[in-house]
Amino acid sequence: MQKAASDPARCLQPKSLGRRMLDHWQIYLLVAPAVIYIFLFNYLPMVGLQIAFRDYRASKGIWGSQWVGLKYFIKFFNYPNCWKIIRNTLVLSLYSLATFPLSIIAALLINELRSVGYKKVVQMVTYAPHFISTVVICSMITLFMNQSSGLINNVIAALGGKRVDFLGTAAYFPHIYVWSGVWQNLGWGTIIYLATLSAVSPELHEAAYLDGANRMQIILHVNIPCILPTVVIMLIMNCGTILSVGFEKVYLLQNALNLDTSQTISTYNYELGLLGGQYSYTTAIGLFNTVVNVVMLTIVNTISRRVSEISLW
Amino acid sequence: MKPSTIRRTGADKVFDTVNVIIMALLLLVTIYPLYFVLIASISDPFEVVQGNVFLYPKGFSLDAYKNVFDEPRIWIGYRNTIFYTITGTLFSLFLTIPSAYALSKKSLPGRSLLNIYFLIPMYFSGGLIPTYLVIKSMQLVNRWYSLIFIGASSVYNMIVTRVYFQSNVPEELYESARIDGASEIKTFVSIAMPLVMPIVAVMTLFFAVARWNDYFNALVYVTKNDYLPLQMVLRSILLHSATALENLDTSSMDANAVKQAARLSYMAEAMKYALIIVASLPLLVAYPFVQKHFVKGMLIGAIKG
Repeated sequence: MQKAASDPARCLQPKSLGRRMLDHWQIYLLVAPAVIYIFLFNYLPMVGLQIAFRDYRASKGIWGSQWVGLKYFIKFFNYPNCWKIIRNTLVLSLYSLATFPLSIIAALLINELRSVGYKKVVQMVTYAPHFISTVVICSMITLFMNQSSGLINNVIAALGGKRVDFLGTAAYFPHIYVWSGVWQNLGWGTIIYLATLSAVSPELHEAAYLDGANRMQIILHVNIPCILPTVVIMLIMNCGTILSVGFEKVYLLQNALNLDTSQTISTYNYELGLLGGQYSYTTAIGLFNTVVNVVMLTIVNTISRRVSEISLW
Repeated sequence: MKPSTIRRTGADKVFDTVNVIIMALLLLVTIYPLYFVLIASISDPFEVVQGNVFLYPKGFSLDAYKNVFDEPRIWIGYRNTIFYTITGTLFSLFLTIPSAYALSKKSLPGRSLLNIYFLIPMYFSGGLIPTYLVIKSMQLVNRWYSLIFIGASSVYNMIVTRVYFQSNVPEELYESARIDGASEIKTFVSIAMPLVMPIVAVMTLFFAVARWNDYFNALVYVTKNDYLPLQMVLRSILLHSATALENLDTSSMDANAVKQAARLSYMAEAMKYALIIVASLPLLVAYPFVQKHFVKGMLIGAIKG
């Protein structure tokens, strides 16, 4: 190869693809670690997805296990709690999605603050919970909601109310999950909208003001239309994760008493797969989950492209 | 927007006042839980459990902290997490920065193919068990180095970095470096890198926080006590002993023993608050200084997103 490169006759011809690639070998070298890593940790597992259609036995390996077709998918859909698990997952993710406008409202309000210092303090403080680890957040929830000694129950008791076992009551679980998430991420979610708002041209505001618009009207008719494309993009991205509720938080807050609303696809998968060793079955469930997510993302993205010409790809 | 150029009407003044109050409430709701953990951790455990602590610490006591530091598991967890955070962040940077540079090169043959190659895993994955099987077959389960290598790549961060390279290093610089006879690697190290140090700082922070807080990978891939990161230790202390107080069996004890046992379980409760502070302290101390870098990183990503 080195010889071919030094052949003078070749240099005059337009460079072939192979030759151009050879010229860039150092760049391929730079990208190689990431390519290899992604291959090992992301693409090889995709090959392993076939055990969803096989009866996986560790002794026979992925390639040697018996094909069983859709057996494990059928098993999942025949599982009595199957729909409950899917419903729980959907409830948690749709409920979280429904709180999505809160960050937009917060951003619009922060943007209207006249004092620069106050604005900075609000931003700094509300971004902070985003960096607290899931384990710590869940510990705080557990401590605060403890029936006999938790802060919330102490307040209820001090006001003369009856102590409530929040985490032991299935009906409360979605609220606890979603609103603790709002507490943690409301501020962080405003960053992108605040940046878009700061790019809104001041002339638009002045023109609206000269036409007699008040602050509320300026927000409604100038600011909101200006951030709408960003809102749509964020919404599409959120729809792509409709069936993937964060495993960590649900798992940490889960207990035998709230299982009725807290058992989701990912926690069920973890329990049966990793702890229970039912590899093929849980891989089938996981595959179903991923496919639903990809399909949802594609549908929402297509609709958005038709309606508003905003698209992820 | 320049508010000073617009004269405020009466309605606007009402709006501003209401807005300031709403924001003050938001601040209060955000800060109070954190503030409560802090005051509870330095109060007399008995007062906390009895519900007498609301606005300020009562019966100042550092016993909870003493108990936290007397627990060897916490030291081991701390040590491991610091180790995983440093080595893991370096490894993640090694995967992210050079590849982002390579993909920012428009002249690279096969660049769009490589882009697709990196994008697919963002939307489609093998899932828990197939990934576990692969990692197990690579002998990466339960090793001291498991958590350095597992979960090291973030395609999203790579795309953000690539965008930064493209918008901050002018093509002409590459051109002149090439004419001067610099090799590609030399161009990367001495010409492109100095211009993108801000994004390297941002990525370092992103990766470091993710590593410090990571708990899922440890849960799945590490069971040996000696290798557990802080978050796993926290989980076992904070969440698994949550019912110590309720499970207290008082039937076979005399009054004094009951009192003693109750004291101990109060201590266990108070220790949890102290532990939360100890575990979050490094991030909370660093946070005010690095906050603007996070915001910057978030925004570079948003341009593309």
